[in-house]
Amino acid sequence: MLLKNLLEHIGLEPGRLHFSWISSAEAAKFVEVANEVNQVVEELGPARFLVKRKARVA
Amino acid sequence: MLHYTEKIREIAGRLLKQGVVDVFIGYRKGSVPMMNNPLLIRDPGSTDLLYWDSNCALNLCNYLTGRKDRIGIVATGCVSRNIVTHIVENQISRSQLYVVGIPCTGMISHRAVIRAVGGREIIEFEEQGERFLVRGRDFEEIFEKNDFLQSNCAVCRYPNPVLYDEMLGERVPGYEGDDVYRDVEKVEQMSSEDRRGFFSRMISRCIRCYACRDACPLCYCPTCFVDESRPQWVGKSIDPVDTMTFHLLRAFHCAGRCTDCGACERACPMGIPVRQFTKKLNKDVQELFSWEAGLGLEQRPPLDVYRQDDYDGFIR
Ligand code: SF4
Ligand code: SF4
Ligand code: SF4
Repeated sequence: MLLKNLLEHIGLEPGRLHFSWISSAEAAKFVEVANEVNQVVEELGPARFLVKRKARVA
Repeated sequence: MLHYTEKIREIAGRLLKQGVVDVFIGYRKGSVPMMNNPLLIRDPGSTDLLYWDSNCALNLCNYLTGRKDRIGIVATGCVSRNIVTHIVENQISRSQLYVVGIPCTGMISHRAVIRAVGGREIIEFEEQGERFLVRGRDFEEIFEKNDFLQSNCAVCRYPNPVLYDEMLGERVPGYEGDDVYRDVEKVEQMSSEDRRGFFSRMISRCIRCYACRDACPLCYCPTCFVDESRPQWVGKSIDPVDTMTFHLLRAFHCAGRCTDCGACERACPMGIPVRQFTKKLNKDVQELFSWEAGLGLEQRPPLDVYRQDDYDGFIR
């Protein structure tokens, strides 16, 4: 929670970071969470914050 | 706070002479005005070097880590809280320490003073009770100390040592307002986009010198993650993403431990308000775990224990 708050405090979009706890016996939950994360992140579009670009060589 | 100097010298002399401690840790007057240096002495004859005024804002707890001898140390409220944290984290044991407690009326922000004199060079500083005088080659000005406190000291709720063997004076009142976190709240109210801009601009001047880390008593790992090269946890360049990663992790390593002593910010040569990271964590730790670091030896820190009612609303 502290980490999530801190990251969002410095400007990470809400919805970019997800946490879940899924047991190996919870196949249905895995599918559900993966789809949900996928959907939220797709709506946000490609990440621009905290993404390191390759160094440009002049 | 000048008058504490004599008492500190006297106590240090007594402790060293009687062999109660092997080493005494305090401050000496800096070679540059408003920059007092930490000082370790063993010889009871050199106690005259010890000094105290409102420029003793580096954190002496930093010099305790892993010591095996018996130590006398001067401690304000925040330093004493860092000492408690050190004891709880097994970096030093209570029985090795003789803590000389200072009821603290706050430290002066040298940057604010330099701004107030328009950046002219200050060659002399003199504390006079609630006021202080600064002198340069062609000017002399007197200021009220309370107008120039470091921003952490201005809202300090625990100016009195929480742990001590001897106290140097009467307790002083702590800050009682409920706006301690006003600066963090202001940032919280910005949009996500603006906050990103705020923090990115803030650290854009960072030169990755790690003075902020070195000044902090919490940062005692034998090899810091930023210095590690196998594996290399974070890029060592001043690429904005590398720099942000460093700041995020440095702050996070202080979560639930930071006493808001201000040493990191004071040490930064670029004047970056690095406490904006740790203070957000301090605020959240207080809200989520009702915890403030270093207030007692009995309690375990929040990130060190599991409780059934720990907040877990964020886990799906
Ligand atoms: S934070 Fe509090 S105890 Fe520490 S130097 Fe400032 S006023 Fe003193
Ligand atoms: S992070 Fe800064 S304010 Fe917090 S304990 Fe370390 S030096 Fe003090
Ligand atoms: S002390 Fe300042 S410049 Fe140096 S690494 Fe820390 S924030 Fe960056």
